[in-house]
Amino acid sequence: MLYRENGQFKTSYAADQQIFPILQDRWAIGLLLLVAFVAMPLLGSEYFFRAILIPFLILALAALGLNILVGYCGQISLGTGAFMAVGAYAAYNFMVRIDGMPLIVAMLLGGLAATVIGVLFGIPSLRIKGLYLAVATLAAQFFTDWAFLRIGWFTNHSTSGSVSVANLNVFGIPIESPVSKYLFCLVVVCVFALMAKNLTRSAIGRQWMAIRDMDVAAAVIGIRPVYAKLTAFAVSSFIVGVAGVLWAFVYLGAWEPAAFSIDRSFQLLFMVIIGGLGSISGAFLGAAFMVLLPVVLDQLPHWLGIPISTATVSHLVHMIFGALIVFFLIVEPHGLAKLWSVGKQKMRLWPFPH
Amino acid sequence: MGFFLETLFGGLMAGMLYSLVALGFVLIYKASGVFNFAQGAMVLFAALAMARFAEWFPKWFGFESLLLANLLAFIAAMAMMVVLAWAIERLCLSKLVNQEGITLLMATLGIAYFLDGFGQTLFGSDIYSINVGMPKDPAFILEGMFEGGVMVSKEDLVAAVIAALLVIVLALFFQKTKTGRALRAVADDHQAAQSIGIPLNTIWVIVWSVAGFAALIAGIIWGSKLGVQFTLSLVALKALPVVILGGLTSVPGAIIGGLIIGVGEKLSEIYIGPMLGGGIEIWFAYVLALGFLLVRPQGLFGEKIIDRV
Repeated sequence: MLYRENGQFKTSYAADQQIFPILQDRWAIGLLLLVAFVAMPLLGSEYFFRAILIPFLILALAALGLNILVGYCGQISLGTGAFMAVGAYAAYNFMVRIDGMPLIVAMLLGGLAATVIGVLFGIPSLRIKGLYLAVATLAAQFFTDWAFLRIGWFTNHSTSGSVSVANLNVFGIPIESPVSKYLFCLVVVCVFALMAKNLTRSAIGRQWMAIRDMDVAAAVIGIRPVYAKLTAFAVSSFIVGVAGVLWAFVYLGAWEPAAFSIDRSFQLLFMVIIGGLGSISGAFLGAAFMVLLPVVLDQLPHWLGIPISTATVSHLVHMIFGALIVFFLIVEPHGLAKLWSVGKQKMRLWPFPH
Repeated sequence: MGFFLETLFGGLMAGMLYSLVALGFVLIYKASGVFNFAQGAMVLFAALAMARFAEWFPKWFGFESLLLANLLAFIAAMAMMVVLAWAIERLCLSKLVNQEGITLLMATLGIAYFLDGFGQTLFGSDIYSINVGMPKDPAFILEGMFEGGVMVSKEDLVAAVIAALLVIVLALFFQKTKTGRALRAVADDHQAAQSIGIPLNTIWVIVWSVAGFAALIAGIIWGSKLGVQFTLSLVALKALPVVILGGLTSVPGAIIGGLIIGVGEKLSEIYIGPMLGGGIEIWFAYVLALGFLLVRPQGLFGEKIIDRV
């Protein structure tokens, strides 16, 4: 009744090809953006920004990048943390070594550095496929872990191995308070989400999907696997690299290589799978799920007033976390985004399903 | 030369231990097409069970014999692994039949998280020791050929022998028994096996139990070497390059791959490591495997991947 496209006629190609062809969707997304840009900064508490919204936005961006590689192009990567690390350390070096480097430029250069490394480690994907490739991408993970720990030049010969940035600002506006950090992340995430959405709707996006569905058949109909796979690696690692810069600069402030360990890679892959492979909204849903779940699980015994030791809690969190992941995979292997679209489909027929 | 041989032997024996963990991966992948990331967690779980039961049983039943305690603990730990295999099949895998490889991979990662938490809740999270009477002192061989001989750790030697025995037992089990034949049939072709009356679910439980057995042996050996603690579950990450190097579907591949990785790791650490600043073991194994894969994308002994449109 409320959600249907009856009477919404398309009279131009532009109208037919817009991202949200249904009026109600456009209203919903406009409302969402309004809440995110206006209501949140006015209402959110500092803890809410620091512990939930900022990590959510940054991890959603990283998941978005990974989703392009795994969900759209079908190349499983377990080395996402590595590309985040490359972005973060590259941007750090640009900031430290070049005086007066603006944050945005450093961020984009960090992304570019991640692109280069991503393409380099993407080259084996032309020959190695499936699970073999997944394990092979771990090489990137362990190599960068080692490189940023052992090679002093990357960390500007910091003795503790941890590096930090301070006095971030964009066009003279300082990015220090939680609200300004949140808004900065939000803008970056919105821009990249829009670009990613449009890329996946374009010719190159279709090529990625063809490669994912069956690479031999795609090659037969004239899609160049080399070009398609390497662009997917490039775009994906660029976005992941930018997310790495944000994670290090905006969220952590001071970090060491452990911040981008293999656990981070797994966490991002979980987001993509639980959110939904091959969907932009899936990256956000998955990130929200994976950020909120540990927070809720940590607080739960506290809310219920059950006295148990923190060690037991952390083990129980591990257990519940693992069990929930398996549960979600069984209930909806296509992810939360699929649940969402099923819900929308039902809404269109409601309240007369026949 | 003596030093080189020492490194070589050390590498070969470390490689045998990697193969033990890699075997678990290969067994499960062959039979059910699941890339089991939980193998490391299973090693930790089995080792924890073994260590704690060996500690608890003498207290509960009031006996002193170490041998008896270890024996009972081994049986109890093995029983737990069988129950675990059954539960994983019943609650998880049977519901995910026909899903894509990556979904199954993620499910086993979920299982790994669960097992890590479950094992440590059940058995505690301190460092425990397993004492099965492994010799700790080093031995010298080939003393006639080199001055001072070549030093090998007796512990590693025993471990390598046990690993070799396990491989022989598994090979016999697969080749000579009726169940083994059924397992190979399922590995060859699920549908054909099912159509001639081999119960898939039972076979999967058996395979996961066998992988649990391999995990238990690996856990005991690694555990008595390094102590039983959380880091034990990370040996899986050491075994992954072994698996892809040897080929996901090949048992001999796991052994040969393990030896190559073991030797490559030790030699690189000694001869290339100092140039790069040390600690290169972990990524060198992966890069080595990557190098082999570029030449043979299906691993050394894996089945040839044939793409059909």
